[in-house]
Amino acid sequence: MESPPRAVVIGASAGAIEALSAILPALPADFGRAILIVVHLPPDRKSILAEIFADKCRLQVREADDKEPILANSVYFAPPDYHMLVETDHYLSLSNEEPVHYSRPSIDILFTTAAEAFKSDLIGVILSGANQDGAEGLRAIENAGGVVLVQQPEQASSSVMPRAALARCRSARALTLDGIASALCELAAG
Amino acid sequence: MQTETDEIELKLLLDAILQRYHYDFRGYALASLRRRLTQAKGHFNCSSYSALQERVLHDADVLPKLLSYLTVQVSELFRDPAYFRAIRESVVPYLKTYPSLKVWVAGCSTGEELYSLAILFREEGLEQRTMFYATDINPDALKRAEAGVYQLERIPLFTQNHQLSGGRSSLSDYYTAAYGAAVFDKTLRQRTVFSDHSLVTDSVFAELQLTSCRNVLIYFDRGFQDRALSLFKDSLVPNGFLGLGAKESLRFSKCADAFQEFSRETRIYQRRGN
Ligand SMILES: C[S@@+](CC[C@H](N)C(=O)[O-])C[C@H]1O[C@@H](n2cnc3c(N)ncnc32)[C@H](O)[C@@H]1O
Repeated sequence: MESPPRAVVIGASAGAIEALSAILPALPADFGRAILIVVHLPPDRKSILAEIFADKCRLQVREADDKEPILANSVYFAPPDYHMLVETDHYLSLSNEEPVHYSRPSIDILFTTAAEAFKSDLIGVILSGANQDGAEGLRAIENAGGVVLVQQPEQASSSVMPRAALARCRSARALTLDGIASALCELAAG
Repeated sequence: MQTETDEIELKLLLDAILQRYHYDFRGYALASLRRRLTQAKGHFNCSSYSALQERVLHDADVLPKLLSYLTVQVSELFRDPAYFRAIRESVVPYLKTYPSLKVWVAGCSTGEELYSLAILFREEGLEQRTMFYATDINPDALKRAEAGVYQLERIPLFTQNHQLSGGRSSLSDYYTAAYGAAVFDKTLRQRTVFSDHSLVTDSVFAELQLTSCRNVLIYFDRGFQDRALSLFKDSLVPNGFLGLGAKESLRFSKCADAFQEFSRETRIYQRRGN
């Protein structure tokens, strides 16, 4: 059997594009892990995130379809108005269930299901954002033995989400965006 | 974290629901099902899946409420207007070549998708030759679908969606407002049969020209998806149409070969002829 992919999960809301622009393009084509991302967006059905980043990144970038297999060196954005969940046999499912923290997609849902599926072999990242979504999910990753990284609140264009995450997770490292990009490269290589 | 014991208990709970009530949830996508059953445990004050199993086995009144956790009821009139626009602009011309039509809305929830198609078919002059079948496993949802009453505060979104779908009339032609609710014109459903039908345990419908099944397959694992898709294949006439939800795809299914992409962006497929 193929060994399961390893993954990074990222959550962000207000200020997301700016923050992601400092991280995703810095990652090499042979990064080695899959990257699953929830960005809070208005549910107006057409997300441009995958298009924006496809051109800037060396990794494959797409908006996830239901039951999409999770592959290394690929970036998957949750589609607007759907939660994105990780199944334990390492593919993605989508769902219309209730918003969490007024958000669909919800970072908590992605992170907690990813922690179930990937256990300690997971890196969770919380970036700029203006609500509490993600803190509990990051905590689940920490509890499962994964690595947790948070954008320094002072540097984030909106600090609520990073602060909430740092308050919940003792082992979280607060880093600059460049710091996060290089930490990801080191961790992925290691 | 789910422990091994949780997994065993969850499996037993689903077996119990199947044996006692004949609803088969064993092949539902687990990540979401687990979340919703965890919420159900909270609602019923049960500390484990086993406790919930005991409740549902011994108290038939628990089932309807439990079904509201096991199924997700979210819908809109003309949800994803681009889908309905594609039906209108690209599929309707084919449908016009048939003297009579059968259309299946599978997993119709509270009816929004059915009314959307009924309005669209009326606008396009196809209504009189069409029979609609609207099915779901959730009896409460089916009842609401048959009633066709929606909160008035949802109407602005429905109206906007209808316009974006290329609507040729005003949505207000199809409902009357009363006491905070929009009551849809009952003639819209005079050619509709509503029925309880499961995509994973029940059998085929005969000779359909169009099946619309949106945001139902996302709750199934690949095995149940394949089961439902082979049902769709067997129910459609050759070259009949299958419309899925905006993020559902046949790419990962064993049944992919039985269909060809008709409109990639809006996830409309056509059964291959034979
Ligand atoms: C999210 S709703 C979809 C509503 C509508 N089709 C839409 O896209 O707006 C999902 C529906 O699938 C129904 N469902 C779940 N399992 C089913 C099954 N095995 N057979 C038929 N319907 C099912 C649920 O009861 C629910 O009404």
